[in-house]
Amino acid sequence: MEILMALVVGGLYGTGVYLLLRPTPVKVIIGLAILTNAVNLLIFTAARLTRGHPPIVEETLGRPSYPIADPVPQALVLTAIVIAFGVLAFTLVLFRRAAETTEADNLDEMRTTDT
Amino acid sequence: MGYAICSVFLLALLAPGLTRIAKPVSGWLMAALPLTLCVYFLSMLDATAGGLTLQVTWPWLPDLGIRLSFFLDGLSLLFAVLVCGVGAVIMIYSADYLADHKCLGSFFLFLNLFMASMLGLVLADNLITLFVFWELTSLTSFFLIGFDHDRDKARSSALQALLVTGVGGLALLAGLILVGEAAGTLELSELLQSGDLIRQHAWYVPIVLLVATGAFAKSAQFPFHFWLPNAMEAPTPVSAYLHSATMVKAGIYLLLRLSPILGQTALWHGMLETVGGVTMLGSILMAIRQTDMKRLLAYTTISSLGTMVFLIGLDIPLSIAAAISYMLAHVLYKASLFLITGIIDHATGSRDLSALGGLFGKMPVIGLVAILAALSMAGAAPFLGFVGKELFYEVVLMAPRAAPLSILAALLTSIFMVTSAALLTVRPFFGPARSDRLPHGPVATNLWLGPLLLAGAGTLAGVFIGIIDKSLLAPAVSAVQPGHSVKPLALWHGFTPVLAFSILTLASGIAVYFRCDWYRAWTENWSRRHHYGAETCYERLYSGLFTIASRLTLIIQNGRLRNYLLTVFISATVLVSSTLLWNGGIRFPTVWTSVNFGDLILAGIILAAAYVTSRVGHRLVAIVAMGVIGYGIALIFAQLGAPDLAMTQFSIETMTVLLFILIFHRLPLFSRLAPRRAMRFDAVVATAAGLLMTALTLAAVSGPTDKRLADFFAKQSVPAAHGRNIVNTILVDFRALDTLGEIAVLGMAGVGVWALLKLWPKERRKP
Amino acid sequence: MGPFETVAKGKKKAMRSIILSTAARFLMPMILLFSAFLLLRGHNLPGGGFVGGLIAAAAFGLYLLAFDVQETRRLLRIDPRTLVGLGLLVVLGSGLTGWFKGKPFLTALWGRYRLTGFLHIEIGTPLIFDAGIYLVVLGSAMTMLLALAEED
Repeated sequence: MEILMALVVGGLYGTGVYLLLRPTPVKVIIGLAILTNAVNLLIFTAARLTRGHPPIVEETLGRPSYPIADPVPQALVLTAIVIAFGVLAFTLVLFRRAAETTEADNLDEMRTTDT
Repeated sequence: MGYAICSVFLLALLAPGLTRIAKPVSGWLMAALPLTLCVYFLSMLDATAGGLTLQVTWPWLPDLGIRLSFFLDGLSLLFAVLVCGVGAVIMIYSADYLADHKCLGSFFLFLNLFMASMLGLVLADNLITLFVFWELTSLTSFFLIGFDHDRDKARSSALQALLVTGVGGLALLAGLILVGEAAGTLELSELLQSGDLIRQHAWYVPIVLLVATGAFAKSAQFPFHFWLPNAMEAPTPVSAYLHSATMVKAGIYLLLRLSPILGQTALWHGMLETVGGVTMLGSILMAIRQTDMKRLLAYTTISSLGTMVFLIGLDIPLSIAAAISYMLAHVLYKASLFLITGIIDHATGSRDLSALGGLFGKMPVIGLVAILAALSMAGAAPFLGFVGKELFYEVVLMAPRAAPLSILAALLTSIFMVTSAALLTVRPFFGPARSDRLPHGPVATNLWLGPLLLAGAGTLAGVFIGIIDKSLLAPAVSAVQPGHSVKPLALWHGFTPVLAFSILTLASGIAVYFRCDWYRAWTENWSRRHHYGAETCYERLYSGLFTIASRLTLIIQNGRLRNYLLTVFISATVLVSSTLLWNGGIRFPTVWTSVNFGDLILAGIILAAAYVTSRVGHRLVAIVAMGVIGYGIALIFAQLGAPDLAMTQFSIETMTVLLFILIFHRLPLFSRLAPRRAMRFDAVVATAAGLLMTALTLAAVSGPTDKRLADFFAKQSVPAAHGRNIVNTILVDFRALDTLGEIAVLGMAGVGVWALLKLWPKERRKP
Repeated sequence: MGPFETVAKGKKKAMRSIILSTAARFLMPMILLFSAFLLLRGHNLPGGGFVGGLIAAAAFGLYLLAFDVQETRRLLRIDPRTLVGLGLLVVLGSGLTGWFKGKPFLTALWGRYRLTGFLHIEIGTPLIFDAGIYLVVLGSAMTMLLALAEED
């Protein structure tokens, strides 16, 4: 499973980088979203994988009965996912505004804000 | 003493408010404090005349030996009295002169800041303190020269003055630090005893060169002289105060102050004599070419400053006394003449010498004051200027080196100084009147009071030179030359060669005045053919720097996102992968989590969708593929014991797709904009980065792991946080502050999106 | 202009299908209830303010697609930007409760109350904190969606 995850992280990362380098704004934003996913997955994987045991305490025991998935990266990634959404939305609107202001649909032409 | 400086800084802060409340009397309000301080310093006369010094020390950076320390001896007292006395006069004058200006309040703010800095400079004991105040005077003078900031010329002149004196200031700082290192102390009062130590130190030559550069730049000595005539863009009271009476004297003060420490060597004498001599003769030759009264005054000021530097450099005991009396005379007559120029400028709308005439009948008081000041400038008896020039000749006649050259330079300088004085007064006041250049009305009392006081002081000081010498000049001289018995100054020395020189000077000066137009025509012709000099050099350097900077910016900050990202990704990939290889290459984990068939399919779908996003030519397909990746990852989270993550990822993905749908038809179309080669190159970089991340992920799961945090949260979740969902207890309890920050960011992103969309000028919205 | 442009331009009409609007009308309360359920159970089982808020936002988003901005705003009643501020205030309030009792900011306080007989309910500031998260997430997401939808 670790190798599989590593491959997925690598694949997503490569795709994200490639898309970020495109001159089309939408591709850059999609690249950003994919890169975010790759990073989240990397953090999640780096803390070791545990199949099927969520970090939830048994009601009767007062502690988990078996080795659980690490809750720390989960808490980190959870907020990261939500914030990434905010960043994505902001970038999307920003690019849209920039495209409208500079009347360019190409990032290379959006080099100045003086219109 | 320290509080004196603080009080002026405080007044500076209050100045705009006070000016707004009481504008008609603001000049007198502003003058009250400097007058008080002037009296305060004068009350110290007896103490300093007896050779006493006062010291005040406040700790500042004790670890670096930097203290906010001040001391008062004869020399600093003389300068402090001048700074406050002339300052008070200038304040009264400015309130009337700039009465119609909309920024009078901020003018007083800057002027008071300058005065406080100048006081700090002449009173400073610690060298670093001195430097800080030195730079403060440069900064405040920048604001004052550029006070009429609507004019392009004023701004560029202000910048020029700041750059030239600023570069000099940096040299000075280096020099002062070297002095401190060489002597082991930064206190001037202690350094005065360790002159021999520094003179024999290996760093002596660089110290002298650096310190002298700073002083020369400040006092407008060749080759830094060009900023001073340009600084005439400043309002006239500023020119009178900064550019004749105080700031340009800071270099003179520094040279006087340091001459017991650095002086008495061939280097010191030779350099000061040469630079001072070249400056005094060169700029007086420039001066009589000028037709603008202020520029003429500026060039004569440079010449007088050159004379002072020259005198400080001469290796004769009397020369210091000569320099100091020359300086005092110069302050009084030059400030007065500047102020008169301002009055004429205001009254007639011109300060062009060729356009003015017949003013004496219209403004006799101003005319009388101008004649008093001009006579002092020409060095006629019984004015203070006469004493200064007599001493100048007396010292030059004793010059130990290059005596003929020095005498010639001194003679020429003084002759042309007489000519300049005549130029300034004869034509404007007694020349043929021009109907279009006559005063509009009477001159306000506040305006002529200042020049009258200054010129009158110059006259009285000449008549009662004995008293002035004993109380003010002699203590200053003995502060520079401790132990030297100075012969008392007097107006009348009997029939000596010096007197002959004086008479010759006056006669020749007046003779030159009548031949002046010929000289002007000749120099005009000459300068039209020769375009070089220090200012051209400065301009070349200045524009060259800008060219280099803009080229560099074009290369580094080219505005292409792709170039920035490529730089980041390539360098990160190369650096990290070389580190990875250096530390033993790619590692594989020893413990594996099982893989089932579903995982394989899921990973396959995610990677396929990723490939689609990068290859597809249509936006909608790319967005759908992106959604597929997100949902796939959510499923992975669900498989691997993270239901919270899975649910969040699911809903976020839904929201993202919703977002894209709403904005979709506003987004530009995909188009194949990048050239094929660039795409291939990007693909290589992206593949390398992806492979590196794969290796890094494997490396991350191969090493030892630390489960202490996870264990802590698992054990504490129920007892401490009353919750069984550990992820949730971390979010809302254990690390609640982080979450608070995160939702604040999320809220800001939302409001930011709203602001970008809604707070937009209506006319710029597309129909 | 590709074929999708025309579809997108006519989105308002195309999206206002009867099926979608009927489904949205029926689903709305269910999804909102589900989001509240997720919020409440979040402390002990998977769920919480983040997920709850997002699901609620998705519900309103669905409504937005099915109807229009005015309808959605009316359903929300409160301006979503106010929701963001309100949520942050709730979070701050829950943190300050401990602070007023002389404990560090954001220290959790818990109380156990008996409802009837053997039924007890445990309420603590972290639950209020979670509700604040719910409001901020919902408000922020709706601010974005509504602002975007109003662009047309």
